[in-house]
Amino acid sequence: MDGTDPALVARAQAGDHDAFGLLVERHSRAVFRVAYRLTGHEQDAEDVVQETFLRAFRQIGTFESRSNVATWLYRIAFNCAHDALRRRPLAARHDSIDAATAEGLQREIQDHAPGRDPHRRLESSEISRRVRDGLGELTELERAAFVLRHFEGQSIADIGQALGLQTSATKHSIFRAVQKMRRAVEPLMGTQA
Amino acid sequence: MKHLADDDLVLYYYAEGGSLPEARAHLEACGVCRERLADLESALSAVLSSAVPERGESYGREVWARVRPQLGRRAGVGRVFGRLAAGWLTPPRLAFAGGVAMLVVAAFAAGRYWPAGTGSPGSGAGAVARDAAARDADSNDMLLASVGGHLERSAMVLAEVVNRPDGRAADVSAEQMRAGDLVATNRLIRQSAVRQGEGGLASVLEDLERVLVEITNAPSPMPAADLDRIRQRIRDRGLLFKVRVMETQLRERQRDAAAAMPAVLGKKS
Repeated sequence: MDGTDPALVARAQAGDHDAFGLLVERHSRAVFRVAYRLTGHEQDAEDVVQETFLRAFRQIGTFESRSNVATWLYRIAFNCAHDALRRRPLAARHDSIDAATAEGLQREIQDHAPGRDPHRRLESSEISRRVRDGLGELTELERAAFVLRHFEGQSIADIGQALGLQTSATKHSIFRAVQKMRRAVEPLMGTQA
Repeated sequence: MKHLADDDLVLYYYAEGGSLPEARAHLEACGVCRERLADLESALSAVLSSAVPERGESYGREVWARVRPQLGRRAGVGRVFGRLAAGWLTPPRLAFAGGVAMLVVAAFAAGRYWPAGTGSPGSGAGAVARDAAARDADSNDMLLASVGGHLERSAMVLAEVVNRPDGRAADVSAEQMRAGDLVATNRLIRQSAVRQGEGGLASVLEDLERVLVEITNAPSPMPAADLDRIRQRIRDRGLLFKVRVMETQLRERQRDAAAAMPAVLGKKS
């Protein structure tokens, strides 16, 4: 049986839940990565993943076969992340950045293999913190465009489709994001061996 | 020699854009630009190395296990919504503040929320009716939540636009995208309101839809004149206030219904 995304979507549109399940299994990790980068918070990212697929299921009838499934899911995830951030009080948004930083540091401590260079570990933690802070400084669209381009390797054309932007607007969002992210990590560049 | 712009280097790094061969040729000949590219690569590689919580191979199956039980409930919302759109509901009897009637809420307040006759206590027919009542209540609750969510998201978009500074162009592309997503749902609710003869509600939803469409179709970034005009329309029509009133009424109904349900079921057992 054809297990490509378009074939699974067609079966899901015909009411085949198992086909939709295969799409969920295939795309969950990518959607989680994007959701985490967009919200900066692990639990929010989990909620976004779940809500993304529930909305996708509800909207599967409107999916056009010529579209890309991942692009479509990223668009839904972007909207879900936006809703999640809006629901979160401003103070909690700041708290979540701190919490995310703490989570990252804790993971670094837990994950380190015996004998791993402590200096490297610290540097890696610092980079993660700065990247998270840098992403927090971007506008929602800049963040989404940058995350999809830089971390997920989506093309500018696909990102424009996912975010409903013209190509030029997508490029400018990425350019601005790159400038800001460079500023965020540049203080560490001299320390890298 | 004219050096590559920063944006050209970014496009080159991502292997995007139509002038990659020219950029490559320039880089081969220009040490300054090669050094700038190396700096860019170094910074962006560092960004790439930042950690994301790991999710294992089985994560997709775990997500599906969480999502699957909820699909039936979502489908239930769709069925109830379909019946609503098809004019299945009886004429509503509640009116909202400012003469705005809320079609969806009215259907529940009109006495249809729980069946009147459910058989004698303890009888099989009574048990079946109670199950049906519980199912209806569940579906109706989800319907309320669904429409409430639509109004909440609409209010957010309107608020984002209204709160932009006067006389300045603004990048509201995120709001434009969300407005575009809201139009279809809004239309469904509005058409249902029209069929039910709920002129007041339909009128508010029509205003809302017009503004959502206008936001969606405006240029991006939105010029100051367009932004001011849309904002003025929202203010003149009291649209944000009306949408929030409708949403609040709906949420209150939802809470009341949730609180009343166990008591009603208890009486019938």
